[in-house]
Amino acid sequence: MNAPLTVEQLLPALDHTHLDWLEEEAIFILRETVAAFERPALLFSGGKDSCVVLRLAEKAFKSKGKDGEYKGRLPFPLLHVDTGHNFPEVIEFRDRRIAEMGERLVVGHLEDSIKRGTVRLSHPLESRNGHQTVALLEAIEEHRFDVLMGGARRDEEKARAKERIFSHRDSFGQWQPKEQRPELWTLFNTRIKPGEHMRAFPISNWTELDVWLYIARENIPLPSLYYKHERQVIRRKGLLVPLTEVTPPEAGETVETTEVRFRTVGDMTCTCPVESPAANATEIVAETLKVTVSERGATRMDDRTSDASMERRKKEGYF
Amino acid sequence: MSAVATPIKDHRALRFLTAGSVDDGKSTLIGRLLFDSRAILADQLDTLEKRAAGAPIDLSLLTDGLEAEREQGITIDVAYRYFATKQRKFIIADAPGHEQYTRNMVTAAAGSDAAVVLVDITKLDTHAVPPAAGQDAVSHVTLLPQTRRHALLAHLLRVPSIVFAVNKLDAVSDPAQAFEAVSTALHAFAKQAGIEVAGIIPVSALRGDNVTQPLDATWYNGPSLLQLLESLPALQERKDGDLLIPVQYVSREGEGTGNQPRSLYGRVAHGRVKAGDTVQLFPSNQIATVAEVRLAGEVVDVVEAGQSAGVVLDRQLDVSRGDWIATPQTIHEAQRFSAMLAWLDTEPAVVGRKYWVRHGNRWVQARIASIESRLDIHTLDAIEASQLAVNEIGHVIIETQQALPVESYESNRVGGSLIIVDPASNRTSGALLVKGAA
Repeated sequence: MNAPLTVEQLLPALDHTHLDWLEEEAIFILRETVAAFERPALLFSGGKDSCVVLRLAEKAFKSKGKDGEYKGRLPFPLLHVDTGHNFPEVIEFRDRRIAEMGERLVVGHLEDSIKRGTVRLSHPLESRNGHQTVALLEAIEEHRFDVLMGGARRDEEKARAKERIFSHRDSFGQWQPKEQRPELWTLFNTRIKPGEHMRAFPISNWTELDVWLYIARENIPLPSLYYKHERQVIRRKGLLVPLTEVTPPEAGETVETTEVRFRTVGDMTCTCPVESPAANATEIVAETLKVTVSERGATRMDDRTSDASMERRKKEGYF
Repeated sequence: MSAVATPIKDHRALRFLTAGSVDDGKSTLIGRLLFDSRAILADQLDTLEKRAAGAPIDLSLLTDGLEAEREQGITIDVAYRYFATKQRKFIIADAPGHEQYTRNMVTAAAGSDAAVVLVDITKLDTHAVPPAAGQDAVSHVTLLPQTRRHALLAHLLRVPSIVFAVNKLDAVSDPAQAFEAVSTALHAFAKQAGIEVAGIIPVSALRGDNVTQPLDATWYNGPSLLQLLESLPALQERKDGDLLIPVQYVSREGEGTGNQPRSLYGRVAHGRVKAGDTVQLFPSNQIATVAEVRLAGEVVDVVEAGQSAGVVLDRQLDVSRGDWIATPQTIHEAQRFSAMLAWLDTEPAVVGRKYWVRHGNRWVQARIASIESRLDIHTLDAIEASQLAVNEIGHVIIETQQALPVESYESNRVGGSLIIVDPASNRTSGALLVKGAA
């Protein structure tokens, strides 16, 4: 029972039924969101979870043509909060994908919030992950979005295990863990007051493995840094810190080049790759089945500071 | 890929809730399921080891999610956990057992395929009492009120499979005798309450006995808890018979080209739909023929219960979110009906006050016309009552501002369930399970 499972062992039993079920649930939630709210937007960072949600949105709202491409336009814009510290490959991918699909992108720039003075950095190379919240809430206010769809999953982190599918945010964008609405059957309570908004999480019930299986099954395009590539890194506290202009080596540290891939893609100052030879989604599935460190634990510097750090950021309105 | 046919009948994930009271080892049991099925990863174990500071790690800490809860040492809210075996994927809805238990259990039970009710054997007097003439000694075991309550609530919400996990067998001197005694008492209780028991499983969550690995004991040759869970069916609404679809979303695709037909989207509640079928719309009662059915962006032959269909009709009709598509002459509407009401709000239910209710995809105003009785959730006996407070369940009569096509919850969950929302706070205040027209 304790031996690691292999793809061959797991896939026949999965029989795609589970992915079909997860897909159906996600499409149901996406349509519910668009039907129940007036000004929806889909958070799209170019990260793998948001790429999966984008494909699910195509299936929910577009028609598949004979060439295999989805025709039509999504009934909402995509929203990205750019920290100014994003990996260039990801921004390039984001713009190319959206142009190919003919969708509309709204970008909230953290730099603008810094210029406005609504974000004050304590030092220039500080992680901007936590500050995204301000830029996100400013974008919501500017565009009067009443619901944001996002790719958060309950298996990512303990504080997310209790998250609802429709999560209510008060007029300050805050999440009140004790005031969450019970969710019964699929009778979602989508009623909000003016100035409040909701977050909707169509892939709440997916695990990291489900996401990779679905990416493999559906051939979903991802930014290149999700797959193996050579990168200059610094070994620091058990993590591989990528060498970038905002993450220079500290005194006494050496820079080495190694074969890595990213498991999550976020702000450059706090996202680390793992050593891996996996060159495509199927190889990642095989690796994921044997993995021994959780997704956020291996790759996020900011989540390591405290066992409860995600909960604190969520209360402040973080995605 | 593999030539070996898998013997598994149900590939769908099993969603189960776990119910137990404080201290009966529920968190340890869930921790054990996650740990033994390798859903716990190295850095999460690190955190536990840090907190254990040298002592053996406490698996129960794996499931206490929020900082606020750790401060109080209790769990507040339903948490969802995921694990998989070679046979099955599992979603656990972990309902905490303190004073808000009813609200949490109702939330966790809605949509669950199975319930695992924990029984702490160390809290029961299982020692053989000298039998009276003609009586069996083991029938003297008295179950705890919470065991009865958890099982009755799961039964009330029609959770299809109810499993009792008899925990802490490591802590009794004669586990064979103790388990036999508790088993007999559970069977007797279930029979009296009309509950069909899917299994009674002896376990030690602390030691891991019979949770994932079968028990090596002469007195028990049944399945482990995990083996039983792997074999239970997932909930399925019927695919045969008449069709019912609540219209969730009406697309505006083809916008600008003038006369392109609109797609009516909704998850099929029961039955199936294909091109050529004659359907009736509710509330307009208009009849139309299905021109095309879609699934996930593609035209398909048929869409059935549990799937989200896109239905294109052969003519332009006035249809909006909240309407229903059905086999003609099968919808029965009611503006007044009787229901079980589980009250979830700290403000008590007020008879006569206007609330919002959601039925299918339609929001209508409604009021509680009367509270008929309150349920004793230890016995399910009806007690005379004039109000319902938080965590209480009662029989009520509901009046709605528009007629709704309600069905009994027993016959169909989609047509038989509603939520009540407080119009002032927007809180989800209650859950309604329809009994029938009144």
